[in-house]
Amino acid sequence: MEITTHSLWTLVHGMGFGALYLLAGTGAIALLYQRFAADGYTQASRGSDRFLGIYLTAMAALAWLTVLSGTYIIYPWYRATPPPATTNLLAYPRALLLSHPATKQWHLVGMEWKEHVAWLVPIAITMAAFLAIKYARDLRTHSQLRTALSGFVILSLLAAGIAGFFGAMLDKNAPVDGGQNIRLVHGEKE
Amino acid sequence: MSTQFAVRQEIATVVTNGSGAAAILSAGIGSFAVAVFGIAADKSALVKNLFVFYKPTGALSGETTVAILLWLAVWAFSDWRWRKRDVSLQRINFIALVFLGLSLFLTFPPIGDFF
Repeated sequence: MEITTHSLWTLVHGMGFGALYLLAGTGAIALLYQRFAADGYTQASRGSDRFLGIYLTAMAALAWLTVLSGTYIIYPWYRATPPPATTNLLAYPRALLLSHPATKQWHLVGMEWKEHVAWLVPIAITMAAFLAIKYARDLRTHSQLRTALSGFVILSLLAAGIAGFFGAMLDKNAPVDGGQNIRLVHGEKE
Repeated sequence: MSTQFAVRQEIATVVTNGSGAAAILSAGIGSFAVAVFGIAADKSALVKNLFVFYKPTGALSGETTVAILLWLAVWAFSDWRWRKRDVSLQRINFIALVFLGLSLFLTFPPIGDFF
């Protein structure tokens, strides 16, 4: 059982950082609802104020790791230009998608949207983490800050969902593959 | 007596919303910048070339780097201006969320292609 280095990085980017962000995002919405509900603050301790800040900071770290690994490690492999007269485009995902009318739009709409919309996520969630840390318990007296924090977390999750969906579909239609083989499990001789 | 003291202390330590407003508005502007720079690079070959900071990633490297720098600069400047006072958060929230919502739409290529 083997995996290539490019595939491994794609897994780390999408299934690792990205998917974890989406999971954390759904958790964050539940957490914010619980905290900001009418009686949430009367029941909440200072420890849970700190927890919200740490939780959103971890989400911000995941968001930054996702976009930076995607933009600077995987995207260059995805958009690599094939040498002239190359007929086998499997190692050139963008060229492979553009070579067929049935898959062309996955790049023209999917990747073009994904590569930009994904960058809204770290901006939005870093801001949310800042508010949670800076204001902590004082958020209870600032309803407008709570509204902004919740709104940005929800929109960041929406943007991450769009990027994640297209990432999965692009990898299904034209996987980023190549590099060195890494043997995960040694097979028995038959 | 101790309850009164606690209440007074709570009132005394309530912080202004200026820093929060700076963070919110700058995040909206930063997000909007990502969308605007993406469209600008798509429409102009000159802008596209100017945004190529790292060749393997192409113009995306410059579009996002400049947008992030702009976001941080606006954040630092507005925080410096507002940190000690309260500002009208309702209006700032509205502007920032409109910017963020617009960014989601404008980054969608068929909409960006209208420009």
